[in-house]
Amino acid sequence: MRLSDPEQAMLDGAEGRAVQQAMSLLYRYGKALGAERLVETNNVCGGSVGSLPNRRSVISDSDSMEAVFSLLNLDSDEPLEIPRVKTMAYKLIEAGDPDYYEMQGVSARTQQLIQKNAVFCDKIGIQRCNTCTPYQVGNIPTFGEHLAWMESSAVVYANSMIGARANVEGAQSAAAAMLTARIPYWGYHIPENRHATHLIEVDYPVESMMEWGLMGYFVGEVVKEDAPVLVGVDKNPDLKKAKHFGAASATSGGVEMYHIVGMTPEAPTLEAALGGKAPAETIRFGEQELRTAYEHLNCADDPNVDFIMLGCPHSSVEQLRIVAGLLEGRRVSENTQLWIFTPRALKAHADRVGYTETIEGAGAYLMTDTCPALGRVFPEGAKVVATDSCKQAHYLPATLGLDTWFGSVEDCVNAAVAGRWQATPP
Amino acid sequence: MSAQTAELVLHGRPVVEGVAEGEAFVTTQTISGFGGIDPMTGTITERRHEKVGQSFAGKVLVFPGAKGSSGWASNFQAARLAGAAPVAMLFNELTTKIALGAVVLRVPSMTDLDQDPIAVIQDGDWVRVDAERGVVTVTRRGNAEVS
Repeated sequence: MRLSDPEQAMLDGAEGRAVQQAMSLLYRYGKALGAERLVETNNVCGGSVGSLPNRRSVISDSDSMEAVFSLLNLDSDEPLEIPRVKTMAYKLIEAGDPDYYEMQGVSARTQQLIQKNAVFCDKIGIQRCNTCTPYQVGNIPTFGEHLAWMESSAVVYANSMIGARANVEGAQSAAAAMLTARIPYWGYHIPENRHATHLIEVDYPVESMMEWGLMGYFVGEVVKEDAPVLVGVDKNPDLKKAKHFGAASATSGGVEMYHIVGMTPEAPTLEAALGGKAPAETIRFGEQELRTAYEHLNCADDPNVDFIMLGCPHSSVEQLRIVAGLLEGRRVSENTQLWIFTPRALKAHADRVGYTETIEGAGAYLMTDTCPALGRVFPEGAKVVATDSCKQAHYLPATLGLDTWFGSVEDCVNAAVAGRWQATPP
Repeated sequence: MSAQTAELVLHGRPVVEGVAEGEAFVTTQTISGFGGIDPMTGTITERRHEKVGQSFAGKVLVFPGAKGSSGWASNFQAARLAGAAPVAMLFNELTTKIALGAVVLRVPSMTDLDQDPIAVIQDGDWVRVDAERGVVTVTRRGNAEVS
């Protein structure tokens, strides 16, 4: 690892202890990766993570947020004075929605941690967007821009659909990037590493958001951390479909970049996507593969759903429009709760155009800032959940112990109204 | 059989330096940090994982690598703070998740081994990870008892 003079000065402590610790962490992390150098970035998505489940179990209430950030975000046992961040820095998911703390079962302690965290973020300049989809609330990267982003579903979107350059960072490397404006130049930051390795021959007319999600879930399972290129897709995925495809592939596997020939920016041709090399493997995606992915995601037996969750990754405006349309003139069953998640900024829009009124008028709730899997928020006593998200369906059994149904957004809204899961498998 | 011949030696690249030893916890499947483990106990919680319900706490974790959410390093860091971390890690696939995870776990970790650790190390083998010199020494469970 070579450091530039300004980077070496940070490591030597010229900008204080917190920046020194941040640079030391990036140096050790870069060495672990085998990176040769760091690269400058002014676009960081991460957060101050002390309020999140697991993290909040290992800190004490008497700790200052500076001490919590020092430990959990900079891996420093010594509490450090944290200066204002150097870069644009955007916060990802929080542990609860302030408007629905009680309904979400957010404890008084966690509410306090969220509040302390908010004051801390504002003080050091971390933008409290509180969403897993920064690209939906104004942080749309440009082609070739170097990012230091956490959130696997956001990284795969930025790399694949936009052509920005990012690896999946963690809470510590993202925090270190905020304080130093650097991240290791490794992996998908380097042009020659961005080519596809696996060829996916799509032999199914993938159309709906559910089908895009299932294809992503299948692709992640087969390519793991590698980069697939899809051929045979005859229609561009839109924002919501690309969002679901990427999130699913980054959940069942570790896909951080994919190509779709003729549709994503670094795949004008198959040869270009593969970088002139032969694929390591060629894999077919057809009806059987779609069905298998669907079966893998459905682990419930009991059709009596008591919780329906939509909006993972956080809903787009179009998804809110669809849900509001499906709920118009209908009423959520008394035996179920329907929670829909979106970024705070998009809820403001939904408030303005009437979607919130339609959704809440039907007895559903439009929530922000968090999600069930990350925040561990769910209706008290819920046992059987249904969702239209492969990512959420994958995580809910393990994180909340919920029996899980997976289906389309229409299946989910129908189940919320009927109080019963009655979807027909594809 | 002597203890000497019961040993298997692997060489690889240190990711995080240090020396540690312990019983092997071997899985052929990648591990998700967030939603894949319970950091308080080091137990695998992913529903369809071959090691679901088993804990790697205090053991040498031998696995293909990390998958899933970017919370990987944070969940393993929480396991360290809860006293439920592995004592060392050997893995095949280098990603940002596992590199950062190894750094914040602060345990000796190695990759690029000259033999596939998942194929040659078995559950219960005694494994010494010397990530100062890049050497892994494996003592077979059955043989270790004999010698």
